[in-house]
Amino acid sequence: MNDIQHAGVTSQFKIRIAEKTHIGADGTRLTAIRDFVLDLEPESMTVLMGPSGCGKTTLLRIVAQLDDQFDGEIQMPASARLGFMFQEPRLLPWRTVRQNIELVAALGFTEEDLDRLAHGVGIADMLPRYPQELSLGLARRVALARAFSTRPDLLLLDEPFVSLDEKTADRLRRLLLDVWSARPTTAVLVTHNAREAIQLADQLVLLAPRPTHVIAVETIEIPQAKRDHKTVDKIHDDLLERYPANFSNV
Amino acid sequence: MSITFARAETGPGMRLLRGPWVSIISVLGFLLVWYVAAEIAQSRLLPGPVAVVQYIYEETVQGVLLAELGITLWRVVASFVVAMIIGSAFGLAMGQMPALNRALDPWLIVLLNLPALVIIILAYVWFGLNEAAAIGAVALNKIPNVIVTLREGARSLDPGLNEMARAYRMTPWSKFRNVTLPQLQPYFAAASRTGISLIWKIVLVVELLGRPNGVGFELHLNFQLFNVTAILGYTLAFVAVMLAIEYLLVQPLERYSTRWRNKPV
Repeated sequence: MNDIQHAGVTSQFKIRIAEKTHIGADGTRLTAIRDFVLDLEPESMTVLMGPSGCGKTTLLRIVAQLDDQFDGEIQMPASARLGFMFQEPRLLPWRTVRQNIELVAALGFTEEDLDRLAHGVGIADMLPRYPQELSLGLARRVALARAFSTRPDLLLLDEPFVSLDEKTADRLRRLLLDVWSARPTTAVLVTHNAREAIQLADQLVLLAPRPTHVIAVETIEIPQAKRDHKTVDKIHDDLLERYPANFSNV
Repeated sequence: MSITFARAETGPGMRLLRGPWVSIISVLGFLLVWYVAAEIAQSRLLPGPVAVVQYIYEETVQGVLLAELGITLWRVVASFVVAMIIGSAFGLAMGQMPALNRALDPWLIVLLNLPALVIIILAYVWFGLNEAAAIGAVALNKIPNVIVTLREGARSLDPGLNEMARAYRMTPWSKFRNVTLPQLQPYFAAASRTGISLIWKIVLVVELLGRPNGVGFELHLNFQLFNVTAILGYTLAFVAVMLAIEYLLVQPLERYSTRWRNKPV
């Protein structure tokens, strides 16, 4: 299934990147992205999966409008609110967990909303604490809550579960799905972990190594909640057969 | 060795070395040395602590000590505020804009190396013997230090947090207050610490050279009268004021603003 077939679907978020080149301190040029075209399905989870170093983070930074040094355009509503979960939690160490969330929360985000969100990701007891008192797993939960507190129109997740042990990562993925399905949001998650991608994606976008572009878009119809280990294995085997280069190293 | 150390730390002898006791014993020791030296010298050029304290008391009750202290303190505070505001603005701008830094760096080096006395004399010659010239001259002596410290702070700002603030579309004011300012706090603290002591010393010189009041003026007057008791009295009184500022204002403020640090994970 190629993304061009989706052209008929009106999408709020369109990514068109003709080229993105990093220029190093010593003047060397490194093309990270070339001819990248993708329309995001509204209110669905798009997972970008590609090898490490293929320019996934660069791509997310461009979508978030943190980087405008590229050829191409990002179409999104001017008023679009963003939630961004970075690879590191990036919490403000001098603000409590509660303040970290409230600082960026959407207008009209009430005490009950905070309470519900904090319970949802299991950090209700942590609200008065400072981020340095939290483990990485807990800090990630706070970062997740913060990303949702903006009531985002577009949620960006940059390898949000990397460097956690598999049990913690798995629990956090379930939390993410819980909070996300409570309020379906157009979301983009990047990862190099195939099982994580299969577990979370509505649209699974396979990326080429650098300079990266879209190889294929696979739609996974089974709802995320019903994807147990066996289902994930089955989807994985199916994809492995069709894209041996992308799924062989897992 | 570590075992002996651990036991010594819990012993009753070590308890005395904790808390304020060390400081108090140290100060008492200093007073004792001073007292003994004055007793041996028996000269009006080295009055003992008792005579100096008595002088401070009399000058406070009958004389102008409190007024002079107040005027000097006012000049210290005014110069400090001016120097911190102007120095921080330039330091932050220079830390974040390399082009501006290259343009202003030679000026900064000249200013850093200009003797305080030269700035004071030129300020009085060009702008007259007035309050603005005095405070401006003191501030100008401190500004380059603030610039250098805050420039370092601006260079060390965390780009990750900056990106987070932009991704979440924080307003400029909210970003400044919640993201930038807390990162600069240690640099502000360092600049104020070195600032307040440098400033009060220069304020005395400014007062000595061209003001009709203040601690510096009194020191000058009593130097001409060879009144060492008065000189020590004024010095001691003002040092006490600065100590009070340090312990009652600067340190509690610092503890408050760094309360998020050093918490166990």
